[in-house]
Amino acid sequence: MAVGFVPLHLSRRGPLLARWTPRTAWPFYGVAALVLFVVIPLGHLAAPAESVWHVSSFTVTLVGKVMCYAIVALAMDLIWGYTGILSLGHGVFFALGGYAMGMYLMRSIGHDGVYRSDLPDFMVFLDWKQYPWYWRFTEHFWYCALLVVLVPGVLAFVFGFFAFRSRIKGVYFSIITQALTYAAMLLFFRNDTGFGGNNGFTDFKRILGYSVTAPQTRTALFVLTGAALLAVLAFARTLVASKLGRVLTAIRDAESRVMFSGYNPLYFKLFVWTASAVICGVAGALYVPQVGIINPSEMSPANSIEIAIWTAVGGRGTLFGPIAGAFVVNLGKSWFTQAFPEYWLFVLGALFILVTLFLPHGLAGLWRRVAR
Amino acid sequence: MTIAAAPGGGGAGAGSATDGRPLRPGVDVSHRAILYLESINVSFDGFRALNDLSLTVDAGELRCVIGPNGAGKTTMMDVITGKTRPDSGTAFFGQTIDLTRLSEPQIAHAGIGRKFQKPTVFERHSVFQNLELARKCDKRVWPTLTARLDSSAGDRILTILDQIRLHERADHPAGLLSHGQKQWLEIGMLLMQEPELLLLDEPVAGMSDDETMRSAELFMALAGQYTLIVVEHDMDFVARIADTVTVLHEGHVLAEGSMHKIQQDERVIEVFLGR
Repeated sequence: MAVGFVPLHLSRRGPLLARWTPRTAWPFYGVAALVLFVVIPLGHLAAPAESVWHVSSFTVTLVGKVMCYAIVALAMDLIWGYTGILSLGHGVFFALGGYAMGMYLMRSIGHDGVYRSDLPDFMVFLDWKQYPWYWRFTEHFWYCALLVVLVPGVLAFVFGFFAFRSRIKGVYFSIITQALTYAAMLLFFRNDTGFGGNNGFTDFKRILGYSVTAPQTRTALFVLTGAALLAVLAFARTLVASKLGRVLTAIRDAESRVMFSGYNPLYFKLFVWTASAVICGVAGALYVPQVGIINPSEMSPANSIEIAIWTAVGGRGTLFGPIAGAFVVNLGKSWFTQAFPEYWLFVLGALFILVTLFLPHGLAGLWRRVAR
Repeated sequence: MTIAAAPGGGGAGAGSATDGRPLRPGVDVSHRAILYLESINVSFDGFRALNDLSLTVDAGELRCVIGPNGAGKTTMMDVITGKTRPDSGTAFFGQTIDLTRLSEPQIAHAGIGRKFQKPTVFERHSVFQNLELARKCDKRVWPTLTARLDSSAGDRILTILDQIRLHERADHPAGLLSHGQKQWLEIGMLLMQEPELLLLDEPVAGMSDDETMRSAELFMALAGQYTLIVVEHDMDFVARIADTVTVLHEGHVLAEGSMHKIQQDERVIEVFLGR
């Protein structure tokens, strides 16, 4: 029971809290852990190619990638679904986490690049002679891991502090987050800023000394991503079931009442906004070694809008909804862009409109209606 | 953010306040009055909503504020609760707390609770959870994250549930309550904050006669223990509950006194009946 002590005759919490009871979720966690940590890894590493249990490296990479998106969708849900603040710039936090990890991977290439140089390839052909100050220490994995968390976290904290303190809300907030990711994209696109320009970072060879393309490494990254997804899910669950979670929902539904009750919404928004950004950064860091590239297009406004679509399709204000939304939309995208590449954006737009009109609670709402 | 500590008044000095942390103990009411408004001016785009408004309310009083639309009643509440900063004038809570320097949450912690004209409750939360969120406690982020409901808090919530007659509906989402019940829930949430001063903006609007009568009983029971300022249009209701009535007109106090005295006042009659 989420609320701790409850007077006896109030202990039946009614339908409002029924979905939080851990009991209903444990079987889901069990099955998910079995599939993510046993079935798929063994299928990829041990099952022979002709076996029905065999999982191809394409599938492992695809599912791993979509799990990163699912983490982002969950982070989006915390700030949008639960707190009512629509960010259209979450891609920037994802990309920053990705770039921090990407630079470590670049430096791990060593002298195996095209130019056999001390510097990464992009620096050689852009005529850099040495690393700029902000890439110092990035040859150390632990330092890059720190950047993965700190850079999105600090950016979100500073940006959020000023935006929330000025009481910027609703569509105005959405627009300035869009501007934020767009500005970051322009900065990263330039060749003279030292972020790899147009091409970004790619051609990775190894991570912590292991080949990035080896099935074992791929499987390890996959398992790590699955663990991260479950951890973020558990974190989100703890958060929304706590009193703090109820304050967040209260801010969404009646912010003035929250203020006059003695809570300062600024710090609550700042907390969940920064946490959400850090989670996106971690997702980005897991994403880059699996897909093998990070470039500024991850910061394009359209990418951030897509994140909002995953969450809306899955169902805002639910925990499993955004995960389901990320899987449905992205697996759909992966199939569609092979079968009918030129129609995908139309399908995505139509999907968003249909969900908004007919499924305001997304797939989670549909599930609840069917289950009843 | 500092609040001048008062020697000898109302327990320990209030000290400095951080957002969300209880700002207590004690509003200093050593000179009887709990609220002082002096020469308050507020204008919006040239419209003078409050015009040299001065008002004093004693601790434990049940004060009714009446006045025609646009008289400045809601703006006055906005000034007291920190939503609007006056262009000039002073607003003090007790002897020591300068309301014009505090934010809305800080004022709530100092001991002023406000009910809005339109009932504002957390519609997706249960009645019980609404009361739990309002309960007086450390309301900063970290203590809120780790908060657990202890038995004294549970008892307090049950007491208030009885008082506002929503015991049966404790587990229902607040959004499903009737209009009158939402008004009561909001009042219950104010009581959970353990305020000294309650500002109630049209608390019986949309209530049935029966509910209105029970509200009158409740407010009269609360007076003495709390200070109440009630803005209301329902004159019968005002006549039933008020000790002292203040009439606002065009942003300042037109008349003040017992209901009987107010009803005889020529200027009041002119404002309400004339034109």
